[in-house]
Amino acid sequence: MIEWLSGGLFILGATLSLLAGVGVLRMPDVFTRMQASTKASTLGLGCLLVGVALRNPEFAFVVRAVSIAAFMLLTTAVAAHVIARAAARSGAPIWKGTLVDERPRQMTGPDSN
Amino acid sequence: MPSLPFLAALAMLAIAAGLTFIRLVKGPTLPDRVIAIDLIGVLLVCLLVLMAGVTSQQAFLDVAMVVALISFVGTVAYARYIEREGS
Repeated sequence: MIEWLSGGLFILGATLSLLAGVGVLRMPDVFTRMQASTKASTLGLGCLLVGVALRNPEFAFVVRAVSIAAFMLLTTAVAAHVIARAAARSGAPIWKGTLVDERPRQMTGPDSN
Repeated sequence: MPSLPFLAALAMLAIAAGLTFIRLVKGPTLPDRVIAIDLIGVLLVCLLVLMAGVTSQQAFLDVAMVVALISFVGTVAYARYIEREGS
């Protein structure tokens, strides 16, 4: 039973990672590609870690799995924000189908915060 | 010993890494390439976690944590470089 459950979680996590790869290849824009790649590191890796913790219910595995999940949840947001700010500052082209562009006119000025 | 879900997950992770590598090669701007490198690091962490689950070796989880940390530091360093130099 546990084997089947963790196997399903492995398949689910790998499928989400595959979708992230397809999204990074197929999305039209830096900013949309970024939101596709964030799926793999939060939900995909989370499913894989839950599968590992179910298959090996020992203290060492569960502690490491929880700490890896917490670390990735913290750092993914920071990394995506930093890359998005750098892309907007360096004048990366935005997709022409974007409806709302909230970037100010001079994105290349010094940061205020 | 290698079960069917493990092999399927391994194949999907490999295909995802290949697709990301295509974006890394042909990405038009430098932030695209940084995103691709970041995603390849995350896929490497996923692969290590999968190996830890199948082989029941907890050393794989330690390696996965170290790879995640180094990948984060590298991504932030690349972003600072882009911000200073422009793409």
